[in-house]
Amino acid sequence: MAQVILFNVTNGLIIGAFYVLMALGLSLILNLSNVINFAHGNFLALGGYLAFALSPTLGYWGALLVSPLLTALIGLLVERLMVRRIYNRDPVYSLLLTFGLAFVMQDAARYIWGPNGLPLGLPDILAQPITQNLFFITWYRVFMVTIVIVSVIGLFAFLRYTRVGLRIRAGTFDLETVSTLGINVRNLRTFNFAVGCMLAGLSGVLAAGQIGLNPNMGDELLMPSFIAIIVGGVGSLVGTLFGGLLIGMAAALTTVFYPAASEAVIYAIMMAVLLLRPRGLVGEEGMMS
Amino acid sequence: MTTALVAGKETGASAEQLAAARRVLMLIAIWGALITVPLWLPLLGGYTALAGRVLVFGLAAMGLNMLLGFTGVLSFGHAAYFGLGAYGAGLTLRYLVHSTPLAMLAGTLLGGLAGTLFGLLIVHRRGVYFAMCTIAFGQLWYYLAYSWNSFTGGFDGLRDFHREAIGFGPLRLDIESGGTTFYFFLLGVFAVGVALMGFLLRSPFGRTLLAIRENERRARFLGIPVEQHIWLSFSISCFFTALAGTLYALLNNFADPLALHYSLSGYFLVMTVIGGMRTFWGPLLGAAVFVVLQDYISSMTVNWMSFIGVIFMAVVLFFPRGLLGARRRGAA
Amino acid sequence: MSKLATSVPRRTFVQAGLALGASQVIGAPFIIKARGEEPVKIGMVNPLTGVLSALAQSEVDGAKYAEAEINKKGGILGRQVQLLVEDSANDVGTGVQKTRKLIDRDQVDVILGDVNSGIAYAMSQVTNEKKVFHVVPGGHTDPITGTNCKWNVFRVCNTTTMDASAITPELVKRFGKKWFFITPDYAYGHTLQDAFVKALTKLGGTYDGDMLPINNTDFSATLIKAKAYKPNVLLNNMGGLTQINCMKQFTQFGMQKEMALGGALFELESIKGCPPDAQTGWWTMEWWWNQPNVPEVMKFVADYRAANNNKTPSARDWFGYVSVQTVRLAAEKAKSLEGPKLAAALEGLELPPDVALQPGKVFYRAGDHELMPNIFVGEVHPPKGDASDVFTTAELVAGEQAAGSVADTGCNMVRPT
Repeated sequence: MAQVILFNVTNGLIIGAFYVLMALGLSLILNLSNVINFAHGNFLALGGYLAFALSPTLGYWGALLVSPLLTALIGLLVERLMVRRIYNRDPVYSLLLTFGLAFVMQDAARYIWGPNGLPLGLPDILAQPITQNLFFITWYRVFMVTIVIVSVIGLFAFLRYTRVGLRIRAGTFDLETVSTLGINVRNLRTFNFAVGCMLAGLSGVLAAGQIGLNPNMGDELLMPSFIAIIVGGVGSLVGTLFGGLLIGMAAALTTVFYPAASEAVIYAIMMAVLLLRPRGLVGEEGMMS
Repeated sequence: MTTALVAGKETGASAEQLAAARRVLMLIAIWGALITVPLWLPLLGGYTALAGRVLVFGLAAMGLNMLLGFTGVLSFGHAAYFGLGAYGAGLTLRYLVHSTPLAMLAGTLLGGLAGTLFGLLIVHRRGVYFAMCTIAFGQLWYYLAYSWNSFTGGFDGLRDFHREAIGFGPLRLDIESGGTTFYFFLLGVFAVGVALMGFLLRSPFGRTLLAIRENERRARFLGIPVEQHIWLSFSISCFFTALAGTLYALLNNFADPLALHYSLSGYFLVMTVIGGMRTFWGPLLGAAVFVVLQDYISSMTVNWMSFIGVIFMAVVLFFPRGLLGARRRGAA
Repeated sequence: MSKLATSVPRRTFVQAGLALGASQVIGAPFIIKARGEEPVKIGMVNPLTGVLSALAQSEVDGAKYAEAEINKKGGILGRQVQLLVEDSANDVGTGVQKTRKLIDRDQVDVILGDVNSGIAYAMSQVTNEKKVFHVVPGGHTDPITGTNCKWNVFRVCNTTTMDASAITPELVKRFGKKWFFITPDYAYGHTLQDAFVKALTKLGGTYDGDMLPINNTDFSATLIKAKAYKPNVLLNNMGGLTQINCMKQFTQFGMQKEMALGGALFELESIKGCPPDAQTGWWTMEWWWNQPNVPEVMKFVADYRAANNNKTPSARDWFGYVSVQTVRLAAEKAKSLEGPKLAAALEGLELPPDVALQPGKVFYRAGDHELMPNIFVGEVHPPKGDASDVFTTAELVAGEQAAGSVADTGCNMVRPT
């Protein structure tokens, strides 16, 4: 029994790691630009599909590298052409804009690549279990977690130690003052949006290796990302990190005892947080209220 | 100077008279069109069930607009209350009693109370955080509806109920067959709901909401209990949307989880914005445009989602004030 | 070939002109002349967008192919057929609305649809109310021809009972009686598992299993539990993409070395979405294209490929094809397009070989309006040559044998007086 629980904790961290990557991108965009990116799931799908399209020519590793960058580029264009115009307006408009964008992107994916599920080929070394005893941990899962850890560390390091990162963090607190200090806030927001989309694209490539590609793949992952952000605390990236891991683990552990409820427990945690500690586990008072 | 004052007063009075006259004319036009729908809609290639759907969605959007357009608070989870209304009505008809009025009451109460209680939790938040919580709360109900198989029919939806005729003896209103009679029933309920809403918005309570929308801080300085008003507005709008939800269940003789999904919330918002967020009748017009467009485009092409998405984005970017909003200049 | 909604093919005008000319000579009354020019309209509502779109699109392809074929041979009752297709978007409200639109505005004679069983059921309430003939090509939930059966509704695809009962004896014979189920937690999953359990326990088997959320993506916990249970067969009852993921993880963990894999439906569209090592296991097909012993099938497949850009027809294409052909057969027997007459004509009607496209007697059972075809039990494998050659039939089980009696389905048909 203990071994089963240990396994499930490990599994939960793996699932949670994946939620974290998705949610961090969403959180990044939310914090600085006050925009709930409904199309985030679609950027994820886009990342996966681009990897599928690129892997014949670049191989898996090439696609893994290039696809998130391409997704970031597309996100940049979207921000520049559309999202930028509505920053100063009522938040309802940015919601509806990304909502409409989600429709267009999903339909485009179905139009270009068809409604059928598509597989993303993995290199052989990744598809093996790591040992006979631990058969359920394939190298791919280890790989996925490694990539997530590297990305998260990279993201936090970037935010902490680079000038642009510092500006982004400052902008989350008080964008007006940052602007007064002479920093080009518009470019900052564009860059931030692109980074968020890059993370979504990376999540997509990783997800595609695990669950395959289909036009609706982003939808199911969007809600857990929202919940991870709410549970962790809106406005806090560290909170999102903990939120994602927490709900991933909760879902995995519930599967041991009562599998049908493994989705319900995520919502239960969210309601508990809203009732008992509305600002989130790590959220700061006053942030985003 | 007195002459100028008197002249000014006179022109002021006639301006007011003009505005009142314009309003009466508009009301006559709207209600005239709605009442005669079974006559002119089929001539344009429509069908009466389509008009029913417009009314139901229009009522829901108008309920949302009370919160969004008149109080200035954004909720992206209003479909939850719509769906709860539908399920409440359906469950009543299926498990409790074969009575349409009771089903409507049950559904409206279910959705309205859920919204009221939830509103208490988040009333101190604003902006994007508020919106995110409403989305998540809505999805919670969506999840419950499609998982609780034995009670709600789960993923396949709640079935095995249908609208019952109302009344008894010679006063029977037979709405079971779903034709023109049912349309007028819908119109009747819609009328009552809209009249109530209009009354509320014209009252001092409604004026206070407008004040809060315009400048929350100043309203607070004036001693208005802002949170309480926002909560009340949220609660009332949930009741109206839930009422619309009960009508939806009666329209389809079915309640399904997608009626709770955030995509429907998004549709309500779009209808409100297309029609004109800060106007009273805007959402109804927006609902008409949206329902007719979706119906028409989805018959033409499988890629209707792209078209609808592009229209959403175009409205947001280029016509944010919507159809009716563009005609007004500043006056609230 | 007709487009999505309203364009009338040119052929209709030519044929109408000829009919007009001929009737002038014969001197037939004006009314019959007008009717001869009006097409027979068949309305099809299917989720062309959403998670079921791949399956829905195949059904539409099959239906359009049938429409073209029928029109080439003179149509139904001498009138051309026009197929009007509407998207239900996997949403009940939309499905019901489109059904009303097709009946009230477009005045269709017959309704087909939906892949989504919930929507199919909601539609049947409308068609029943308006007394319109309704064929469900691919909505699988049992109550449609069971506890919720209706006099105007007929179904082409199998019930879960049929599929489960057909394959259980084969799996028990080949692998053993100890089974583990992985089932999605909703109506379809429940009825499927119940059907399997009933068939298994009749043969003295034992079982365990997990009920998982419909959209579950990670199966590791359940697969570990399965491995510990050491069953002879693992039953994968998941549908759509979740089924593919379960297959992938099963083979990634190397579990095929320790137990067999099986289930009811593993559709061609899903198989193609799997990597080669996950294309495995024992399954049922509700129709399969590769039947070298049946000449009508080989011809059909060849013609279909030619007309559809080399697409190999799946069971879903066949469902759509049969649905439209069913309308023709019923109308020709009833000599009318009225709902009650079509329904009466179809009860017990046997499909001719060029529509049945399989050996044996394929007919609509009168008691519950369920089509009784053969159920193809066999093994899925990576493609042998042709990209669609992923299934080898081991046995054909007669549908009626697998379906149980009408009383078992719970159907109490109330016919119009």
